[in-house]
Amino acid sequence: MIEATPQTQVRPQARAAAGRERITLGAFSLSAYAVALYLFLYIPIVILVIFSFTRDEFGVRWTGFTLEWYVRLFNDARMMGAALNTLYVAVASTVVSTILGTLTALAMERFRFRGRGAVDSLLYLPIVIPEIVMAVALLAFSALIFEIIRLVTGINMRRSLTTVTLAHIAFSISFVVIVVRTSLKNFDMRLEEAAADLGADRWRIFWRITFPLILPGIVGGALLAFTLSLDDFIISLFLSGPGTSLLPVEVYNKVRRAVTPEINAISTLMLLLSMILVVLSQMVQRRK
Amino acid sequence: MAPQPLADELKRRDRTRLAGLLSPGLFYLLVFFALPLVIILLYSFLTNGPRGNVVWQFTLGNYIDLFTRSIYVNAYVRSIVISVQTTLICLLLGYPLALFIARSPQAWRVPLLILILIPFWTNFLVRIYAWQIILANNGLINNALSAVGIGPMGLLYTEGATLLGLVYGELPFMVLPLYAALDRFDFNLMEAAADLGANRRQAFMRVMLPMTMPGIAAGSVLVFVPTIGQFVVSELLGGAKVDYIGNLLQRLFLRSNPPNWPLGSAMAVIMMAVLLGLILLYFRSTTEEDR
Amino acid sequence: MSDGNAIELRDIVKRFGDVTAVDHVSLQIRDGEFFSMLGPSGCGKTTCLRMIAGFEYPSSGQIMIHGREMATIPPHQRPVNTVFQSYALFPHMSVAENVTFGLEMKRLPKSEIGTRLQQAMDLVRLGGYADRRPRQLSGGQQQRVALARALINQPEVLLLDEPLSALDQKLRKEMQQELKSLQERVGITFIFVTHDQEEALTMSDRIAVMSQGKVLQIGTPTEIYERPNCTFVADFIGETNFVEGKVIANGGDFATIETPSGLRLRGFTPRPVSVGTTATLSVRPEKIRIAATCAPDADPTGTLSARVERVTYIGSDTRITVRLSDERTLDVWEQNTLSTLDRDAYWQPGEAAYISVTPNNALVLTE
Repeated sequence: MIEATPQTQVRPQARAAAGRERITLGAFSLSAYAVALYLFLYIPIVILVIFSFTRDEFGVRWTGFTLEWYVRLFNDARMMGAALNTLYVAVASTVVSTILGTLTALAMERFRFRGRGAVDSLLYLPIVIPEIVMAVALLAFSALIFEIIRLVTGINMRRSLTTVTLAHIAFSISFVVIVVRTSLKNFDMRLEEAAADLGADRWRIFWRITFPLILPGIVGGALLAFTLSLDDFIISLFLSGPGTSLLPVEVYNKVRRAVTPEINAISTLMLLLSMILVVLSQMVQRRK
Repeated sequence: MAPQPLADELKRRDRTRLAGLLSPGLFYLLVFFALPLVIILLYSFLTNGPRGNVVWQFTLGNYIDLFTRSIYVNAYVRSIVISVQTTLICLLLGYPLALFIARSPQAWRVPLLILILIPFWTNFLVRIYAWQIILANNGLINNALSAVGIGPMGLLYTEGATLLGLVYGELPFMVLPLYAALDRFDFNLMEAAADLGANRRQAFMRVMLPMTMPGIAAGSVLVFVPTIGQFVVSELLGGAKVDYIGNLLQRLFLRSNPPNWPLGSAMAVIMMAVLLGLILLYFRSTTEEDR
Repeated sequence: MSDGNAIELRDIVKRFGDVTAVDHVSLQIRDGEFFSMLGPSGCGKTTCLRMIAGFEYPSSGQIMIHGREMATIPPHQRPVNTVFQSYALFPHMSVAENVTFGLEMKRLPKSEIGTRLQQAMDLVRLGGYADRRPRQLSGGQQQRVALARALINQPEVLLLDEPLSALDQKLRKEMQQELKSLQERVGITFIFVTHDQEEALTMSDRIAVMSQGKVLQIGTPTEIYERPNCTFVADFIGETNFVEGKVIANGGDFATIETPSGLRLRGFTPRPVSVGTTATLSVRPEKIRIAATCAPDADPTGTLSARVERVTYIGSDTRITVRLSDERTLDVWEQNTLSTLDRDAYWQPGEAAYISVTPNNALVLTE
């Protein structure tokens, strides 16, 4: 449809000038807005970091610089144990979910088969289902399985780091699949044909051509899985057993009681780790 | 003729390869994701025992309770309302920001994007906790206020604080997909629209908005889904004064003495059904022109 | 064993679902030949090439390479190599790693790989670029890497899938010459797929013209241009005028057609045609003579009065569109043999003229 409006009759120069002014003004207010929003995102984080160094024992007032809270944190066996548990779960779930996710991504991108749409939906489901639903479902599932094991073998099993790891793998796979599929989509299939043409069999095509070229995607997926596991709180809360505390759960329990500089310190360290991971993932992507 | 058995052989080999690649991940998801969902669906029709154990006796009581008792109905309504609010506010705040990043000079875009990615990758709990320091009665704002003689205001443990925390927490999840959509958008189309006589508002509504709809849909889902199940923000910033579904679920499964898993399961099943219904509707209405 | 044929396709059919991409193609490509497969996009030429390489398997028919049946042999075991349309160079490997990839797959000793790399790089004049990454090279250089990567394996047949299509016009002309002389030096059979008829005419020993999955004609460039066997080939290769009519006389290798309006033209017939059948006379614009007057001894069949309608000067030629008495138009190209600015030396629109078509220069086609 063509709509003739009186505007088109305005002298072109005048219109262009007016337009430019408006755009400049628009761009300026947009920049100001963006700065404000970035401040909104970062001021709480910066405050958190600053107050991890305050002497104030409530951690909400600046009363001088100290590293005491960090020292206290590193001497807190409970916290350190939780940190190690979290790291263990993150590494284990990342390794497994990256392998499973990469294989699944290859199957989904390289093959057309009946039921592919259904598998696709199943892969997206963990992303669109609220974590808490997954958490209660896995809790109910593990309780049922343990009950069955108890009835059959008489062995009493309890929730542990293993149950948390298995749960983390379940939600990480989908994210790995998405990231790896993207890099497979960008992969030029003729490179594989070229390698076959030059005498490479399937095995060598994969390891010499496909794998190195989708490696950034795999590493990106692994980093995402690692971060998801490190940061996960809800599933960890529901699936970890007594005595196998994880860092986010530990932080949650402390925060519910009060604000303390020690939490500020552990938060700052977690923030630092996230930043390192972001930079790493960006470096992996830029290398493409 | 020779090629027919060859074609069959190739098909067979392909099938073996596919099975090898697909079955591990598929098996894992079926056992550790799909099966647990089936189990809570099953539990939702069972009866809760006196000691919080699940009694294998069929009932519709859990669902009847959820639809008739105001404590549950209110929790659902409250969760949906705050999720819609959070999603809309994130969209309104995030769209201009994503636009700003997409329109920035090439060299600036990566750092600007990393600044969004850092909170995206940072522990949600930690970022929510940061607001406690700011909003608490002896926190930053009230300290500043008392310095100029205004008494402490109850900022923390309010519904406003919950909404603020949710928006703050979810904003990066909205900005990233919006940026991805705007990055693909050809801004020459805006000039083309202007050339054809559209004013800025018309050009935005008729060209830019429809073309970035997939990003809006993706961002909205990424914000809406975790928000509807949240319980951390309403607890840490809202002071657990009112119940959202997440708080009830957590209580029914972990805290109550005795727990009530069948009721909790029914609650989770309804949440999932409502959510998937909404998402399906949403995607059907928004991604048509993208196909 | 081999019968002098590098490649033989026997009654090849390839279907993709309901679509028949290659429809009963049979052809033989001789050892050491520069053979082109020419046709519009979607004609099945690339599919043929991919079946020879082994990326696709025929639905039926046989592919022989030097007398050996290839049906069950996967691509990596075939004695052929391919230069891909946009080269498909491995982006994560250096030029040298790309070029030696094939030898490495054959597990040749390091020392031999080194010597052959040197030879291959010299052959395509890429010495000094060994350590570069593909994306640091220009299009022409990438093209040479792709050639070296294929030729270093000393394939029995080199397959080239529109290898020049990504290059600009000037580079393309250079590479045509270079490819042709390279092929003469190494003596390997080249199968060259292209949709560019000029490219095929310039480089090939023989050309197969394809359309809709079928091979229409196989012949040398001269045969294809001068003696097309059907209207499609006549139209696709170069430019031509078509005049449709009924055969009214035949004798020897020649036939006369008459248009519904009564115009008569005579032309060569590759195949005997019977009187009364519908036929099309094809005459290339550069083979029509145009003159201001009619020679008294001119053959009335083939000499027609016309009016100049449009004149386009293009430097070497003048392209003239004339309208005949029955409103039909013909294109006539006249070479500009004189160097002059005098307007009278060129045709002007509206002028009356006579055009003549000698039977030897026209073809009567029935397909």
